[in-house]
Amino acid sequence: MTSFLNALPGAVSQGLIWGIMAIGLYITYRILNLSDLTVDGSFCTGGVVCVMLMVNGCNVWVAMLGAFLAGVLTGLVTGFFHTKCGIPAILAGILTQLGLWSVNLAIMGMKANTALNVNNYELLVSLRYLQDVNKGNRPFYQHPIFVVGVVTAAVVAVLYWFFGTERGASLRATGANENMARAQGINTNVNKVLGLALANGLVAFSGALLCQYQSYAEINMGRGAIVIGLASIIIGEVAFGRIFRNFAMKLLSVSLGAVIYYIVIQAVISLLKIDSNYLKLISALIVAVFLAVPYWNENYFRPWKEKYFPKRAKAAKKEG
Amino acid sequence: MLKIENITKTFNAGTVNEKVALRGVSLHLKEGDFVTVIGGNGAGKSTMLNAVAGVWGVDSGTITIGGVDVTKLPEYKRAKYIGRVFQDPMMGTAATMQIEENLALAARRGKPRGLRAGITKAERESYREQLKILDLGLEDRMTTKVGLLSGGQRQALTLLMATLQQPKLLLLDEHTAALDPKTADKVLTATQKIVEKSNLTTLMITHNMRDAIAYGNRLIMMYDGRIVVDVSGEEKKNLTVEQLLSLFSKASGSDEVSDKLVLS
Repeated sequence: MTSFLNALPGAVSQGLIWGIMAIGLYITYRILNLSDLTVDGSFCTGGVVCVMLMVNGCNVWVAMLGAFLAGVLTGLVTGFFHTKCGIPAILAGILTQLGLWSVNLAIMGMKANTALNVNNYELLVSLRYLQDVNKGNRPFYQHPIFVVGVVTAAVVAVLYWFFGTERGASLRATGANENMARAQGINTNVNKVLGLALANGLVAFSGALLCQYQSYAEINMGRGAIVIGLASIIIGEVAFGRIFRNFAMKLLSVSLGAVIYYIVIQAVISLLKIDSNYLKLISALIVAVFLAVPYWNENYFRPWKEKYFPKRAKAAKKEG
Repeated sequence: MLKIENITKTFNAGTVNEKVALRGVSLHLKEGDFVTVIGGNGAGKSTMLNAVAGVWGVDSGTITIGGVDVTKLPEYKRAKYIGRVFQDPMMGTAATMQIEENLALAARRGKPRGLRAGITKAERESYREQLKILDLGLEDRMTTKVGLLSGGQRQALTLLMATLQQPKLLLLDEHTAALDPKTADKVLTATQKIVEKSNLTTLMITHNMRDAIAYGNRLIMMYDGRIVVDVSGEEKKNLTVEQLLSLFSKASGSDEVSDKLVLS
């Protein structure tokens, strides 16, 4: 139990970092209604670009900007495949992701990982800073939870503003009803590319934060990112869907979903002492169950309820 | 206002599913014309409308709207000139967005969309006024998600959206077909009101012969990818369903499809 409590701040920090990635995924998955699998690659791209820029003497902010732009570029590639080559979005994302494997390796000079020694660079977030703050060697505002919390708030604020603009509203319309969007003079292809670029920019930005936090970039760091992102979105919706109606709060609930996910994972590791190599299997199963619940409800539980408890089913329908 | 010159369209050309949908259709609409279009299933009514809207390109022929050749323009660019209401009430609105957001999207049809506010306070007031015309009480539910509205309410809203930014051409593709008779009447009345108010050039497909006769100043009937009947003015005013049926039998050379047409 103590080991779990000790690891909790780290889990929350990691959750917040992945939460930014999940917010990026929310743009494509929920707003644009596209399944974008680029993220597994672009998350890593963001990380390696950030680390390589810093290793080569760039300031941390410049490195983060570079990571964001690299992510935007990966989104543009997927968007090109999807809208200009007529490849289904899900396949377009897989193609980009596969290609990025080589690109990411090339960025790191054909090495599978690159270290970012926390002693030599001024970082935005780091596991070391977390420990330092706890020991009293650093001010509280360098605590990763504080830093990433502020970054998340800024990201949510900017997205809230953007999706309220004319262009942002047209993006939401593109995802909600493409036929309607085109009939209202909206170039849906441009909007899809824009959304993919923005989303992957955020995903890469999140990857850049994670690299700093863990002090290295490695070629496998994005593997399964899409599943973590989906888990965060769904956990956020299940946990806060009934109280958070406002768009900004919905984005925030995605971030909180990621935090919950990491706390649960940490609990599984610390309390159940499961080999951490099983985590991906557990994650996949958890997400599968969460995705299946609405379908099961509709196709199995509801008919069953209507058959055996007709009165209760009727009451539930009225409420619903 | 609208000039369709000899357009043809074949779907799945060269395959076993080949279907010739339009075999050379020409149609000229003057400004303020309200044309009703009737015809059996597969006659080419919707294909003609979709060709004008730009859902797909035509194989040959040209389409001009208000002097602008739009034959090669993609759908979203033509939207600048065209207001549309679809047969499926789900198709014309964004269900997950609010009533006022849908209207705001429609108000910007044909204009560049930048980083200005997606909806302003002044707009909200004007939408409230315009929603009153529909007489459905929607003016008090402006922030309701459109998905919660009934089919009739959604069609009425789509109609308002199509005309918010005055279109050069209004295309109505059996927009009351999916509604119950009472609601259909309400939506048709609203249509008449809006079209008359702005003197809109309108092309309305319907499967209801009575409506086709009652509304508009011109009626065309399509059969097998061609326009086979075209009546207007006094002649149209005095038309009866029986006359229309006999006109159709003469034009198509058979009367077997005629009972399919009478759905009223």
